[in-house]
Amino acid sequence: MSTSRRNFLKTAGCLTIGFSIGGGSFACSPPSSGKLPRSLSRFPALDSWITVLADGRVRIMTGKLELGQGIRTAIAQVAAEELNLGMENVTVDLAETGHTPDEGYTAGSGSIEGSAMSVRYAAAYAREKLLQLAADELKVRVSELRTAHGRISTVKGTPAITFAALLKDRQLNDEVRMPVTLKSRDRYQLVGKPVPREDIGRMVRAGPVYVHNLRFPGMVHARMIRPPVYGARLLQLDQGPVKRHVPGLLKIVVNGSFLGVIAEDEYSAIQAQSVLRGDTHWSVPPPFPEAARTDLPAYLKTLPVQTQQVAQAGDTAPAENGVVSLKAAYFKPYIMHGAIGPSCAVAFYNEDMLHVWTHSQGVYPLRETLQKMLDMPAEKIHVKGVPGSGCYGHNGADDAAADAALLAMALPGRHVRLQWSREEEHSWEPYGSAMVMEAEAGLDADGRIVRWQYDLWSDSHGSRPGGEPGNLLPARYLATPFPPKAEGFSGGAHRNAEPYYRIPNREINAHFFDGPLRTSALRSLGAFANIFAIESFMDELAEKAGKDPYTFRLMHLDDERAKAVIRKVQELTSGQGAGPGSGMGLAFSRYKNSASYCAVVARVSADPEAGSIRVQKMWAVIDAGEVINPDGLKNQTEGGMIQSASWTLKEEVQFDEKRIVSTDWNLYPVFRFSEVPEVEVTVLDRPETKAMGAGEAVQGPASAAIANAVYRACGKRIRRLPLLHHMGS
Amino acid sequence: MVTTIQLRVNGKDHTVKADPSTPLLYILRNHLQLNGPRFGCGLQQCGACMVLLDGKAAFSCMMPVDRVKGRALTTLEGLAGPGGSLHPVQEAFVQEQAAQCGYCLNGMVMSAVSLLSENPSPDDAAIRRGMEPVLCRCGTQARILRAVKRAAEADKSLS
Repeated sequence: MSTSRRNFLKTAGCLTIGFSIGGGSFACSPPSSGKLPRSLSRFPALDSWITVLADGRVRIMTGKLELGQGIRTAIAQVAAEELNLGMENVTVDLAETGHTPDEGYTAGSGSIEGSAMSVRYAAAYAREKLLQLAADELKVRVSELRTAHGRISTVKGTPAITFAALLKDRQLNDEVRMPVTLKSRDRYQLVGKPVPREDIGRMVRAGPVYVHNLRFPGMVHARMIRPPVYGARLLQLDQGPVKRHVPGLLKIVVNGSFLGVIAEDEYSAIQAQSVLRGDTHWSVPPPFPEAARTDLPAYLKTLPVQTQQVAQAGDTAPAENGVVSLKAAYFKPYIMHGAIGPSCAVAFYNEDMLHVWTHSQGVYPLRETLQKMLDMPAEKIHVKGVPGSGCYGHNGADDAAADAALLAMALPGRHVRLQWSREEEHSWEPYGSAMVMEAEAGLDADGRIVRWQYDLWSDSHGSRPGGEPGNLLPARYLATPFPPKAEGFSGGAHRNAEPYYRIPNREINAHFFDGPLRTSALRSLGAFANIFAIESFMDELAEKAGKDPYTFRLMHLDDERAKAVIRKVQELTSGQGAGPGSGMGLAFSRYKNSASYCAVVARVSADPEAGSIRVQKMWAVIDAGEVINPDGLKNQTEGGMIQSASWTLKEEVQFDEKRIVSTDWNLYPVFRFSEVPEVEVTVLDRPETKAMGAGEAVQGPASAAIANAVYRACGKRIRRLPLLHHMGS
Repeated sequence: MVTTIQLRVNGKDHTVKADPSTPLLYILRNHLQLNGPRFGCGLQQCGACMVLLDGKAAFSCMMPVDRVKGRALTTLEGLAGPGGSLHPVQEAFVQEQAAQCGYCLNGMVMSAVSLLSENPSPDDAAIRRGMEPVLCRCGTQARILRAVKRAAEADKSLS
């Protein structure tokens, strides 16, 4: 093992990249600037990223996890491209402590910019090094050599030598330094092509793709008995009945109010969970405030806040002569990630060493947090990322991993598999925060926006483990509990709070409250609600200004790429007109104001009498810069639109005085097939520009496009999500 | 409580020892080590656990295993032909790249196979009705609709 790699293993786990720290913080520099991509500059040793295998294949190590976004394929594409290999000769290992680089969280649409670009530079540098080795070996100049299919030969056709033979059981451990010569784009065979995902082939064949499918010899099954409500403490527990009635029960694990069961058989664990739940008594915490249930937006605005000025320019004072003012308030409720597969983890504790298999988005930050929760040294904890059900942000994954770790430590020598129930996932995952948005703007005589005042109220969008045990659900319930961390930083709330439009006088403030429900990062964080509000408001202003929605937006934009996506979606949808009772709505945003450009048009039919809205079709035009895999980008954008449409129309986490009541798919309905719109995605490929995060770009504009379409269909402007709950009011 | 139960899964006979009230899903996943049917809700609400019971899509997450004795069970593993050739529905899902995380894919494929066996030429509305019990959270339904249509076309060209 090289020195650099040892250092990396030693220091790994100490650094955490927060999800919501600053927009675009994962951005790599374009090749021309002479800086290495971020992850590579932190882990410059080639053997942190690339291993040449004896069979001729190349293994790439990424610190990111496959979440269904297709990152494994995109990373394999850039690596195969730079090394002139076929896709079948590149294998990608996903996030694992001690094995892959610490790339923080797989989040914020940062994996292409952060990891894939690092792999691109590492692979290109590896190619250079391999060519140099071959030149020395064959005693020729590098310029006389070529690489193909994992072999290097002279252009004259000297017998080829494989990468592995060149390396003679060693690995490349040089540190990557600029300048790195990337393959020229006109020679690309794979990048920019819709290379199919290899994992979909394994999925249709029922391959063991997921953490849920892990099986180990002697593996046992666990279930948790959660408190009935947030914050309840275990007062009394009768272990008698469960021990008498459930065969195969191995262990009841009690640590304060942390209560779990382990059994030989999965169904026994489920039965034990059910029996034991009936034999527990819990404290009764204070109820959710009545005001929160009757009028949530008003209630949230009464909470104490910390205020941060997000942006300020010019003079936003109203009452200028000749200026027409408009004011509106918008609301987005708590919504859930709602993974189809509830969280799951396997843990194994043996001879002081803890192994955890998890679908967490950040194996290194999770290890750091487990280390503190369990008071163990980092080198005694190994965390391996294994794909799970799509998560769309911080859901129960980390909590389940921590649950499994605690359970496994109570039963050393056995692999313990913990499966959350549907009710647990729905009730205990950290939701996307409810948000209140208030906008006020002034228009001059020409219909231009001259001032803009925007205030938002939100809870945190970032309570990932990040080294804070109190952010792990089970840690809060231990005999010596770790309290939830007081939220000092809630940056994600004002993602996209600043309009991308040219407005001379503007002020944007974010007000952070500590609300009644557990919250964290959900796909696009605050951008979903902010874009819903801003782009709804832009349509309201356009009407006030007597302009059509396209003209009104274009006259406030300077960025040609922004204008291009809007013009393109206009071109695609002209003549796709809506019949009676139907309407078309437009919305635009540039994600984080620094990543992908996206314009969406929705066509809906809406009937206020019946309280019905049907989204018929949605068009998206997206510019994500250089596109590694256009089908992957389309898939993410189609899916994002459909998911956002479901959030927009139907979704709202509900609670009564005691507890969350949205505990299953009947009580928290999401889109089913009969409601799904037709979708059409157009990609504006700009291969000469930087690849930009795209996986969350459509969430916001999809929402506002639907709200704007509903207004056009029936004249009803709904400023409160979900639209269907407020269609009749 | 543990009894011996005979099952016929993917054309093979199996003998398992289990509590007869155990939901079929856990028998398939744990006793027979199959990956196709998945746990999603345990409430027959999401369809991740779908299997074919005498050729028709059925939830396996609440069905006691002793209720399926003597009936023909097929899981995702059992769709491929001899030599591993994919069923037209599986092939169509690959062609259309109709997955993101793929967790729901079992329910989608099994429901589509069931639908097409009853109605080889379904229109858009019929496909949506047939797939209604299965939830996808990644929003791949648009691709799945295309995949089912493609599979129906492929079936037609075969017959």
